[in-house]
Amino acid sequence: MNITFEQPKIKESPNYLNIRYGWRSWLLTTDHKRIALLYLFSITAFFMIGGAFAVGMRLNLTSPNGLLFSPETYNKLFTMHGIIMIFFFLIPSIPAVLGNFLIPLMIGARDLAFPRINLLSWYLYIIGGIVAVAAVASGGVDTGWTFYAPFSTTYSNTHVIMTAVAVFVAGFSSILTGLNFIVTIHKMRAPGMTWFRLPLFVWSHYATSIIQVLGTPVVAITIVLLGLERLFHAGIFDPKLGGDPILFQHLFWFYSHPAVYIMILPGMGVISELVTCFSHKTVFGYGFVAFSSVAIAVLSFLVWGHHLFVSGQSMYAGLIFSLLSFMVAVPSAIKVFNWTATMYRGSISYDTPMLYAFGFIGLFTIGGLTGLFLATVAIDVHVTDTYFVVAHFHYTMVGGMVMAYLGGIHFWFPKITGRMYPEGWARFAALVVFVGFNLTFFPQFILGYLGMPRRYATYAPEFQSLNVLSSAGASILGVGYLIPMIYLAWAWNRGPRAPANPWGAKGLEWEKSPSPPPTFNFDEMPVVTENAYNYGAAPGATEAHG
Amino acid sequence: MALRPAQRKRTDKEDPLAESEVTLEALHPRELRHHFDTPEQQLESSLLGMWIFLLTEVMFFGGMFGGYTVYRNLYPDAFASTSQYMNVTLGGINTAVLICSSLTMAMAVHSAQLGKNRAIILFLLLTLFLGCVFLGIKYVEYHEKWVDHHIPGPHFQYADARYFHQAQILFFLYFAMTGLHALHMIVGAGLIIALIIMAARHRFSAEWYTPVEMIGLYWHFVDIIWIFLFPLLYLIGHTK
Amino acid sequence: MGNLSIFPPRGSAFAGQVDLLYTFLLVVSAIMMVLIFGCIFIFAVKYRRRPGAPPPPQHHGSMLLEAVWSTIPFLVMLVMFVWGAKLYFDSATPPANTLDLYVTGKQWMWKVEYPGGQREINEIHVPTGTPVKVTLASEDVIHSFFIPAFRVKHDVVPGHYEIAWFQATKPGRYHLFCAEYCGADHSKMGGWVNVMSPADYEVWLSGGERGGSMVDQGAKLFSQYGCVTCHVLDAKGRCPSLRNMFGHPVQLDDGRTVMADEAYVRESILDPNAKIVKGYERNVMPVFQGQISEEGLLQLIVFVKSLSQPPEQPVPTKGPPVTAKGSPK
Repeated sequence: MNITFEQPKIKESPNYLNIRYGWRSWLLTTDHKRIALLYLFSITAFFMIGGAFAVGMRLNLTSPNGLLFSPETYNKLFTMHGIIMIFFFLIPSIPAVLGNFLIPLMIGARDLAFPRINLLSWYLYIIGGIVAVAAVASGGVDTGWTFYAPFSTTYSNTHVIMTAVAVFVAGFSSILTGLNFIVTIHKMRAPGMTWFRLPLFVWSHYATSIIQVLGTPVVAITIVLLGLERLFHAGIFDPKLGGDPILFQHLFWFYSHPAVYIMILPGMGVISELVTCFSHKTVFGYGFVAFSSVAIAVLSFLVWGHHLFVSGQSMYAGLIFSLLSFMVAVPSAIKVFNWTATMYRGSISYDTPMLYAFGFIGLFTIGGLTGLFLATVAIDVHVTDTYFVVAHFHYTMVGGMVMAYLGGIHFWFPKITGRMYPEGWARFAALVVFVGFNLTFFPQFILGYLGMPRRYATYAPEFQSLNVLSSAGASILGVGYLIPMIYLAWAWNRGPRAPANPWGAKGLEWEKSPSPPPTFNFDEMPVVTENAYNYGAAPGATEAHG
Repeated sequence: MALRPAQRKRTDKEDPLAESEVTLEALHPRELRHHFDTPEQQLESSLLGMWIFLLTEVMFFGGMFGGYTVYRNLYPDAFASTSQYMNVTLGGINTAVLICSSLTMAMAVHSAQLGKNRAIILFLLLTLFLGCVFLGIKYVEYHEKWVDHHIPGPHFQYADARYFHQAQILFFLYFAMTGLHALHMIVGAGLIIALIIMAARHRFSAEWYTPVEMIGLYWHFVDIIWIFLFPLLYLIGHTK
Repeated sequence: MGNLSIFPPRGSAFAGQVDLLYTFLLVVSAIMMVLIFGCIFIFAVKYRRRPGAPPPPQHHGSMLLEAVWSTIPFLVMLVMFVWGAKLYFDSATPPANTLDLYVTGKQWMWKVEYPGGQREINEIHVPTGTPVKVTLASEDVIHSFFIPAFRVKHDVVPGHYEIAWFQATKPGRYHLFCAEYCGADHSKMGGWVNVMSPADYEVWLSGGERGGSMVDQGAKLFSQYGCVTCHVLDAKGRCPSLRNMFGHPVQLDDGRTVMADEAYVRESILDPNAKIVKGYERNVMPVFQGQISEEGLLQLIVFVKSLSQPPEQPVPTKGPPVTAKGSPK
């Protein structure tokens, strides 16, 4: 069946976008899809802010003595880049936008279990974000996103407490989102949607939610203690007063290592959807991919000590954390192998989302393999706190998570907006992002092993050529991120109308719900009778382009 | 949806984390929220949500208990020495008060199961009263610490100079832990007031009393936290 | 320093070992990447979507494959783990006869003191062929002592002593960095490690001025703070004698036994009641927390250490040459 885009429609069928207008219908909405869009716009704004800080950093680093900024300013730049990108972009990105939009659709529910708590999450996120921006506007903060004591409690004279409040509030937003997802996935599934028929996207969000619910409160209380210590100087993290600064690191990483899995697991969920859809194949090893998410969530709580190999924790603790860190690599590897096997003898198309999926698998593999270097204690001693670590986590977080996020945004764009985006531009942008990303971050692996420490405003001259290369890559990457913002904004208004299932994909959101979906998601509540990714069953594709 | 907007606002404000959903949305079957299929599904979702919320609370307090454990192992003598300044009598009375309030809360839930509206209000009022007694006694204790210069910070004083710094850390933990606990009590008191108003408006029945059950769970949880705090902070010196 | 090399200069024996392990991981990673990217590339080309082709066959999984591709990588990782752990243990335990250096980190400089009393800022001089043990202390925030050429890094946490050690092999001038973010001029908190041949090192040591050896200065502090009145060296005083205490186990009044090392001496000065030697009273000694600088503490420790030298060996006034000439293991 061919949909002709030119065919003028007199009137759109009622959907969640056109049912009501006006700012109240958005700011007071309890519709998970509208809240997802609120998140989409707000995290895009924070991505731009965080990106602006990155531009400043990369510009400064083109010269060994710092091109533009004083060291004090540079320190604030990398601190705010980290805080904005981690707490206000990466952690909410896929869960709060795509997860919010899709989980009820994928499991056949009308909404999340607690729609108003969902809206409250967004407000908490915005309040946290506004406080963070206020902290920037009033002079910034220079502790690094890790807030290490006693620097943050005693020595820094920037806006530590204000930033801590921002992170604390945003943390509760994350907790409430996780709580909502868990209850929704447990209690709101459509008839016939058993646990093992759930799309893997839902499994990965379930695992993410477990971490959000169990980990985030710990960082919240840690930040409370940090703030109180800064106010009262009772000495809880100050060695001069009998406190232990390493305790802060333990408490901080107990959350913040699992937090990187909050950032990557949802991305893995997206990739499972993309690879199956654009190979027209059922996923290879469903159970292994699903349980590897849960295994990652559980193991993630046992590896925080690998951030402390050189900070004086006992050698034996170091060894145990090293071994556990290797173990957490196994479920990640299983996912990569299963995605690859899924493509075997498939019917693979090169639509933009699939290009991002290729990019994800490639970059995440590099990120994961370099993670092994960091789990190997003797090598970690040399490369920790250097650009090697910076490159490693950007390969997983930006190469992984952001690629998955962009892939997911393109994949579900027709569902979210009811419009198609321009495929040519989108493929071009995906290529630019991929090239720019590698050019930016691959040199940083080399820089790191050569010994350039991270968070350096100035550096030894012999590191300059690689830094300039990295900055050049960053400018390409920046353009790569701007192009989709432009054409997606255009397509939202002017793009050709999308059919319900432009990709011929499996899943309730494609097969049972129109694009865009109505307020309660389905015209008729679905009953599930088959496993996820049942691509062998019927062609089912309503080809929309190409 | 027969809810008055004013009411929604109030409960949302009091404890955004607890169960604005629950108190407001798990209504009579005829007021079943649009996105649930059955009242049972709605009730189970609310209960599961509450339990998960309590789990996050466990982790929240857990971070502080972790810090406490570390320092107690580092400075056992100093920590033990502080207990002479803890008012065990008042702490003991408060423990008894809280246990009683748990009982009255349980009675309130029981009355709700039986649909006895007047009994719900009576037991909730009792619980509220006991909660306020607890907070009042806590205030007296804090005031003692204030007079004795046991508030951590620039004015902190400690009779035993050997343990000055260590004792300051313990008092810091004491105020952080009991303060956070008291904050939870205050939030709980606000929620109970909300319940009393709802009960006065005959909103509960034997078929539907989810908010009472939820807040009951929350109240018991806050009590349990105290049951851990009391021995750890007040009785440590008496173990040797 | 070749810009094209992916390895920093190798200035210690340990550096070569780390590079070997690193190369092993690079090779494993390369194999994995070729496998995965190769498969994806071949599949993407060979099985590209063709219009009108029948729907692809469906594979639901294979227990055997899953077992293979979870077990083999895990076994390879175990090799990495064991190899890395062994190297780490070697790097964490200094050998017996070391040349000792005392380094204090402070926003934003490294202060170096030699047992012979020489002091430097942001410069370290060491000879080749002798294991060097660096005792690290911080006066303010957390720093990290990082010498890329030696593949050595250790955080310097205030309130703790940390130990790093290395054995330089190649004369040269190598970077010293602070690797833990420590405030405004973090990136400028660095300097140079000058590795010299033993002969040149002797010459360097004898040149320059110095304010008495660390032992002498520690002894001065020992009487200045009045320690000497109670810690009578060769008789029973109100406090334990410190003769032959360092490096030996000490019986405590609560029944525990602890090893008298740097951390123990430091704690006993700053917070004397934390550990009381069996048979002595509590609250006799004043608390020195906040009274003595980190450098003063290190000098006192070196002095206490010198009281435990074997009698036949003279108390060194020029620390480094004595240990340097002693057989390094």
